[in-house]
Amino acid sequence: MSSITNTSNTQTLQKYISLDQGGKVQAEYIWIDGDSGLRSKTTTLDFKPTDVSELKEWNFDGSSTNQAPGDNSDVLLKPVAIFKDPFRGGDNILVLNECYNNDGTPNRTNYRYSCAKVMKAYADAKPWFGIEQEYTLFDMNGSVLGWPIGGFPGPQGPYYCSIGANVAFGRDVVEAHYRACLYAGINISGVNAEVMPGQWEFQVGPCEGIDMGDHLWVARYLLQRVAEDFGIVVSFHPKPIKGDWNGAGCHTNYSTKAMREEGGIKAIHDAIDKMAARHMEHIAVYGEDNDQRLTGKHETGHISQFSYGVANRGASIRIPRHVAAEGKGYLEDRRPASNIDAYRVTQVIVESSLA
Amino acid sequence: DNSDILLRPVAIFKDPFRGGDNILVLAECYNNDGTPNRTNYRHSCVKIMSAHSEAKPWFGIEQEYTLFDMDGQVLGWPKGGFPGPQGPYYCSVGANVAFGRDVVEAHYRACLYSGVNISGVNGEVMPGQWEYQVGPCEGIDMGDHLWVSRYLLQRVAEDFGIVVSFHPKPIKGDWNGAGCHTNYSTEAMRIDGGIKAIHDAIDRMSKRHAEHIAVYGEDNDKRLTGRHETGHISEFSYGVANRGASIRIPRHVAAQGYGYFEDRRPASNIDPYR
Repeated sequence: MSSITNTSNTQTLQKYISLDQGGKVQAEYIWIDGDSGLRSKTTTLDFKPTDVSELKEWNFDGSSTNQAPGDNSDVLLKPVAIFKDPFRGGDNILVLNECYNNDGTPNRTNYRYSCAKVMKAYADAKPWFGIEQEYTLFDMNGSVLGWPIGGFPGPQGPYYCSIGANVAFGRDVVEAHYRACLYAGINISGVNAEVMPGQWEFQVGPCEGIDMGDHLWVARYLLQRVAEDFGIVVSFHPKPIKGDWNGAGCHTNYSTKAMREEGGIKAIHDAIDKMAARHMEHIAVYGEDNDQRLTGKHETGHISQFSYGVANRGASIRIPRHVAAEGKGYLEDRRPASNIDAYRVTQVIVESSLA
Repeated sequence: DNSDILLRPVAIFKDPFRGGDNILVLAECYNNDGTPNRTNYRHSCVKIMSAHSEAKPWFGIEQEYTLFDMDGQVLGWPKGGFPGPQGPYYCSVGANVAFGRDVVEAHYRACLYSGVNISGVNGEVMPGQWEYQVGPCEGIDMGDHLWVSRYLLQRVAEDFGIVVSFHPKPIKGDWNGAGCHTNYSTEAMRIDGGIKAIHDAIDRMSKRHAEHIAVYGEDNDKRLTGRHETGHISEFSYGVANRGASIRIPRHVAAQGYGYFEDRRPASNIDPYR
């Protein structure tokens, strides 16, 4: 079987990327499609926008992205956030959008719409989030990056936060992505290699309210686009390899102003109680195929049971030890899978804990 | 035995490959008896645009194209085989779905630098297929800018060792073809109530369907099948937001009562002057 490659020819590309743009600005419009994937296309502007309100509404062929039928296919793009473009540099921008049907209603997978309403309603609680996005890298032939062709590497143990060519696979992508996020304005707070070889994690946050969803979605876009340059494929599937291999999650750290103040541990326990009563409503939006990951093994709690504990990585919700010690802080919901829609997750957490 | 053809410069653009003060010069071809060369379609196009300049005709063309590697396979496709079916590729991001972005990015910048009025790009439905848009251009500029943008695309791809095809149906089967959807408006269509002028134009165009098809590209019958977001080559149709019709009126145009319309019949290999 021949090997497929799709790597960027950066040296040749540089000749063109350094050309003057004659005052024009490129705006990459990004949106979430009908299958929780990311799509984008570019438009030329003849000015440099400083605010989202200056950007035009656009549209695209929703029948090609599982968002509309072919005989009525226009889906509208409404800009909601601007980030700097790390691929094109200069004044060029990335624009995150919400999708609307042409009757004005939010498109089927536009979960940001209702999330924004909920965040607005509870703005006084100042809900902060930090999400730990795990992901797995694959080569162009469909193997996990760095794994032997048609086989498996040695068992988990040496890979978590590791260094070395035989244990850390794909660091180029991780490093490039980190810088791309910092440049773009994404609030990336850290990275680490994960337990399964070829698996990594980055954290985004703390972000308040609707920002969490915006920043995480754009961070995913940057990751896939950066990996594309290296000819490497990103998977957000929560259990990419069956067997004694970790799954991938989106542990979601959460706090409100009340939790962060002195004595906030009471508000934390209060929120946990309320969330415990709605376990199934949460699980419903915590990711497709999450049942393959939340088995009760590999540092997860079983999908059918709610549990919590201090410093317990086998529970649904973990209270970090230092939070228990100080009597205030935040909680970590370990149930969400790596393929969640962050708008749905942050919305349900706020609704459950504050309603 | 009579081979000299004359080149008459008609437009200048900045040269993105050589930089500095270097230029690209688009030229019309003339026979040495002074008559326009056989394929010099710009000559008569200029006359028409001149005659109707007060209508201020604007165009925007969506040029689709397919990239091939030096072995004759669509770029990114497995050797001797096919990728997974269409669905994940349109406007996609990721190494397993987007093939040839380097060429697209470099071309975009080359056009911006040279002065070609490129208004956007996107990944297309078939993997290895892309689109860029040129416009709005008034009158003769549309043909000039589109032809030079094609030159830039082929020359940029050359740098990457990648081949560009403008064939309207490069791969048979359940794979999209490539078009040059042509957006069009006159001043009358762009002002309030312009939807009437739009419908009027569509009526007139519907009566000359065969005359249009005759210049809408070779092998277009392989592309306009009625499937893959096209209307069948033998039938004229139009509709609001309907990508299966010959002419589509964008929904926002129908809503606001003025604007432009999109002729979806032209193939990727058209001569925009014609």
